[in-house]
Amino acid sequence: MRFATQRIAYWYFVCAMALFGVQILFGALAGTVYVIPNFLSEILPFNILRMIHTNALIVWLLLGFFGAAYYLIPEEAERDIESPMLAYAQLVILMVGALGAVGSYMLGIHGGREFLEQPLWVKIGIVVAALIFLYNVSLTVLRGRRTAVTNVLLLGLWGLAIFFLFAFYNPSNIAVDKLYWWYVVHLWVEGVWELIMASILAFLVIKMTGVDREVVEKWLYAIVGLALFSGLLGTGHHYYWIGAPGYWQWIGSVFSTLEVAPFFAMVLFAFSMAWKGRRDHPNKAAFLWTLGTPVMAFFGGGVWGFLHTLSFVNYYSHGTQVTAAHGHLAFFGAYVMLNLSMISYAMPNLRNRAPYNQVLNMWSFWIMTSAMAFMTFTLTFAGVVQVHLQRVMGMTYMEVQDQLALFYWMRLGSGIVVALSVLLFLYAMFGPAREQIPQRSRPSVAPAE
Amino acid sequence: MAERLTKSATRNIFYGGSAFFFVVFVLLTAHTHYYMRTVSTDESTLSESVIRGKHVWERNSCINCHTLLGEGAYFAPELGNVWIRYGGRDDPQGARDALKAWMQSQPSGVEGRRQMPQFNLTDQELDDLVDFLEWTSRVKTQGWPPNNAG
Repeated sequence: MRFATQRIAYWYFVCAMALFGVQILFGALAGTVYVIPNFLSEILPFNILRMIHTNALIVWLLLGFFGAAYYLIPEEAERDIESPMLAYAQLVILMVGALGAVGSYMLGIHGGREFLEQPLWVKIGIVVAALIFLYNVSLTVLRGRRTAVTNVLLLGLWGLAIFFLFAFYNPSNIAVDKLYWWYVVHLWVEGVWELIMASILAFLVIKMTGVDREVVEKWLYAIVGLALFSGLLGTGHHYYWIGAPGYWQWIGSVFSTLEVAPFFAMVLFAFSMAWKGRRDHPNKAAFLWTLGTPVMAFFGGGVWGFLHTLSFVNYYSHGTQVTAAHGHLAFFGAYVMLNLSMISYAMPNLRNRAPYNQVLNMWSFWIMTSAMAFMTFTLTFAGVVQVHLQRVMGMTYMEVQDQLALFYWMRLGSGIVVALSVLLFLYAMFGPAREQIPQRSRPSVAPAE
Repeated sequence: MAERLTKSATRNIFYGGSAFFFVVFVLLTAHTHYYMRTVSTDESTLSESVIRGKHVWERNSCINCHTLLGEGAYFAPELGNVWIRYGGRDDPQGARDALKAWMQSQPSGVEGRRQMPQFNLTDQELDDLVDFLEWTSRVKTQGWPPNNAG
């Protein structure tokens, strides 16, 4: 840790991981309701479970991004964060909002637009926290060294805050409502979040491979260019069936097919830099996560996205378990793994230790990734069967669901394995830090930071 | 990457290209907004009760079990066409009564069957919600869903 204020990131990561636990717990509960429908039905109905599952995910990913920003911006800008006090105030606001939201959901107080269910006071808190954050990091960057990593990261974070403002606009016309709802949802996860993702990946690659910054930053601009060129008009794949004009079927199909490109570029980037650079960074676990992130993002976001993005395919698959399969692997591969990469990289530095518990961490990588892949396969199979029975044969929804029980049991099983691997990860990161580096992989020269 | 492609060139392509696509996207959104309000939905029948019904829909977070025009959770049936599935086009009063009776009779308590909660809606709220679902069923959705099953 070169700058004292990087320490802020530690508390962001702690809070993020706590909400990660909440997300997984409620995911497992919701998965249980799929197979034992009467479970909790009188106390916490499925809609509340799912709301907490998705909201906790979004908030912890955001906390992870903020933590990553507080960690990497001092090193990039070569100066301390402008105001640590404001950074902690921001964290308090976000955590009060997050826990307040979970509490009020359990009491049945919530909005009703998917993912934007937060009560108004929480939404306002999010905006205030975002303003504090943007003020704090923008000032730090402007007064320090400017790099492509911070440029792209800041652009992504500003975009994140600006597009969230559409959460306050709720037209009475349901079609228009849906049109702008995607301005938050799609332009986040398939737009500005990809900027944040690519810049954090670029930072990790610079640190761990030691490849020349010029080369990495050239890749970075190319990747985020591909992301926005495809992702902005790629929003069209959500506009096929909600009352929008027919031209979106063409635009959405073409541009969202191209959305595979930035993920593929990230894979090429990460692996070519890994080959090109030093391969002796002591934090093997962080490096594994960093290489795994683009691969799983490519499959989850890219391949599973493409699977049902062409309009004539989506006509049959829209709103089935195929979508659920894609959603799970895309969020995991792109954003969960990105955050776990950053946390794996930063935690030893934040705790002032050599990389520790690496074997455990790498086990959690392999178990979590395999289990998420298995979950995606089961949901994909469920989705394909559902599409055929319901959309082609015309069987009713509930009849079809009865046919899918086996897949839902397997999904629950893989979800429980994910939960175990998350516990393993949390123990590896926050548990007692014993050194577990094999002697032979100890670098003989001073490692990169 | 090719040596002749410098970092500043890729940066300029990124900023320029993104700005271009963003402007195109905003223009298309503006047209879509206009199209939705004038062609694909019938705003002349977007009554107070439909608007109240949308709030009932939101306050009870129906979207976190059901889908509406294919968006939402995938735990319960599609409701964008529920009005049509219940025969509302031929027998509006029958469909309205059936939908209201369905919601009032939940949860079914049947073992091994997904349970819809009892939301304790007033008669007014039930009517508003049905009005909202009826209005939504008339959104021109390019022919989606493929059949009545939704």
